[in-house]
Amino acid sequence: GKAVVGLASRKHQRTSGPVEVTVRDALNQAMDEELERDERVFLMGEEVAQYDGAYKVSRGLWKKYGDKRIIDTPISEMGFAGIAVGAAMAGLRPICEFMTFNFSMQAIDQVINSAAKTYYMSAGLQPVPIVFRGPNGASAGVAAQHSQCFAAWYAHCPGLKVVSPWNSEDAKGLLKSAIRDDNPVVFLENELMYGVPFEMSEDSQSKDFTIPIGKAKIERQGNHVTLVSHSRFVGHCLDAAAVLAKEGIECEVINLRTIRPMDVESIETSVMKTNHLVTVEGGWPQFGVGAEICARVMEGSAFNFLDAPVTRVTGVDIPMPYAKILEDHSLPQVKDIIFSVKKTLNV
Amino acid sequence: LRSLVSLVVSSVCSGFIEPDGAKCDLHKLEEGPATQVVMTRDEGLQYYRVMQTMRRMELKADQLYKQKIIRGFCHLYDGQEACAVGIEASINLTDHLITAYRAHGYTYTRGGTVKEIMAELTGRRGGIAKGKGGSMHMYCKHFYGGNGIVGAQVPLGAGVALACKYQGNNELCVCLYGDGAANQGQIFETYNMAALWKLPVIFICENNRYGMGTSVERAAASTDYYKRGEFIPGLRVDGMDVLCVREAARFAADHCRSGKGPILMELQTYRYHGHSMSDPGVSYRTREEIQEVRSKSDPISMLKDRLLSNNMASVEELKEIDVEVRKEIEDAAQYATTDPEPPLEELCNHIFSNNPPLEVRGTNPWAKLKSVS
Repeated sequence: GKAVVGLASRKHQRTSGPVEVTVRDALNQAMDEELERDERVFLMGEEVAQYDGAYKVSRGLWKKYGDKRIIDTPISEMGFAGIAVGAAMAGLRPICEFMTFNFSMQAIDQVINSAAKTYYMSAGLQPVPIVFRGPNGASAGVAAQHSQCFAAWYAHCPGLKVVSPWNSEDAKGLLKSAIRDDNPVVFLENELMYGVPFEMSEDSQSKDFTIPIGKAKIERQGNHVTLVSHSRFVGHCLDAAAVLAKEGIECEVINLRTIRPMDVESIETSVMKTNHLVTVEGGWPQFGVGAEICARVMEGSAFNFLDAPVTRVTGVDIPMPYAKILEDHSLPQVKDIIFSVKKTLNV
Repeated sequence: LRSLVSLVVSSVCSGFIEPDGAKCDLHKLEEGPATQVVMTRDEGLQYYRVMQTMRRMELKADQLYKQKIIRGFCHLYDGQEACAVGIEASINLTDHLITAYRAHGYTYTRGGTVKEIMAELTGRRGGIAKGKGGSMHMYCKHFYGGNGIVGAQVPLGAGVALACKYQGNNELCVCLYGDGAANQGQIFETYNMAALWKLPVIFICENNRYGMGTSVERAAASTDYYKRGEFIPGLRVDGMDVLCVREAARFAADHCRSGKGPILMELQTYRYHGHSMSDPGVSYRTREEIQEVRSKSDPISMLKDRLLSNNMASVEELKEIDVEVRKEIEDAAQYATTDPEPPLEELCNHIFSNNPPLEVRGTNPWAKLKSVS
């Protein structure tokens, strides 16, 4: 069905107000609610059932729903991703978990050629309502083969929706929308965010709470510079904004929430106000999310409002090293964002 | 004419390599398909008509390709007709089927019309995929294509079977691949999961002896494709004999529907054309070999001989079917060559299902194109 537009913002009541929920639990709730709501929904992946999930995201689901709906797979990404796509073609609504998106490379043909392109190739005869989800990007100390960010790779392809939540509300609302969406959705989680608690409004605790795919959120208003980010680095941007505020620099922080289709309009509206743009991502610079934002802003109405070129803050253009000091310097830190903002503002 | 008497055929499972009526090759099976089978006159005529239609359709595609009216990839099925017809005769349209790119025949047996198949090949708006898919991407109800990536359709097919089991509808999925694809890793991953979860899938290897230009001996350490499923029971049959295929597929379908899980069938068959229209098909095999199969094992000729020698049909009757088929193909070709190409307004449609209209970037920043579901 069509994505339900989310959250009505109203003051929370005293009786049942906001609660603190970790991203992990928010994802768990989303899946639980959607499994309950629609019997065609099922989850498959490695260790999702009896192990309660490699990162415990699917904890309790197998106990509640059983073997039919929560399926442990052998270590066969290409095979089980294809099986999930086939099941979606035949009328079910699978959630296919990759233990990390690094392993999705084994199955990427099924995601792109079997899932993303099929509705187009069949001229609308064959929809593929599937969600591919799992942790994306750098974790901590897991080195090069387990730390890649796939946002740019998947967002390159028409036929896919690519979603990248930051906080618990994002995680829950967007995952519910993704599961209800009749199209293939790549849902990029972040392992380091799983254990982070966020306040969730009362509205967001409703079983019908969804966040529309394709709409960014202004996490913080500001007049001097626009910071655009996705996933974990939204938090870094907010931290940087807090520091900069003390120096009188007010940052507007945009949480993309969806990478594809990207809400360029929100970025442009903000840039037309602030005249300065800094993008922040964990992925590599070349052909990345920031690169796309630069291109889109140049092509659109906001270009003439820029007082400086767009600045991209990205992961360092290297495979991820192991040693902590090296790893820490491979990803954007808050000080990198602060530095980049000041350079952009020429202060 | 014996219109009400059926034909009893013995030694149905003789491989065409060993014409002495050898038993069906079985793997992990105690017994195989029936060897004494019944074909009614109506069935015989129907199989004849369908195979002849497929044959002439593919030959017409060959013609149109050489005239450059069909472009890109075109993988023809002539020679293999008995496989598609035999399989469809053993299952229901409510069952499911998926195959690779040599798919025109299956598109037809699954319910596509010759007109819409040919118009898809010529890239017109009346094509079964509105001209958006082409030769390798044709779909219809319970037929999942038409798949271009070798082997990728096999996990998909098992997934369809999973949906059947999940929904408890007693349907099954026929999942086809070739001798070339049989060496793909994802197929072995699929065998494992299908057997583990007892999915109602019939894996069928259409062994036409060549994976593009590479003979089976040069590609596979074991050419016993029906055994490659190891723990999955398998059988190997003559894919040039429509009744052989039908009985084997019936046997396989019973196996699946009884909840025993997957089964694997190897059909020994042959393609007259090269791998595709870009391949003359004679650099890796001899013209003599092709001619020998044509004269000794052609599926349509074999069926025709059976019908005639058992007085189930007359020469005139079959000729009449030929004439009707020829006309149908001519009309379809006429349609396929005169139907207009898809309108440019359709370029960006069908990106997403059930979605509000969206804007799609064109070739330049000012080209803002519209996409509807």
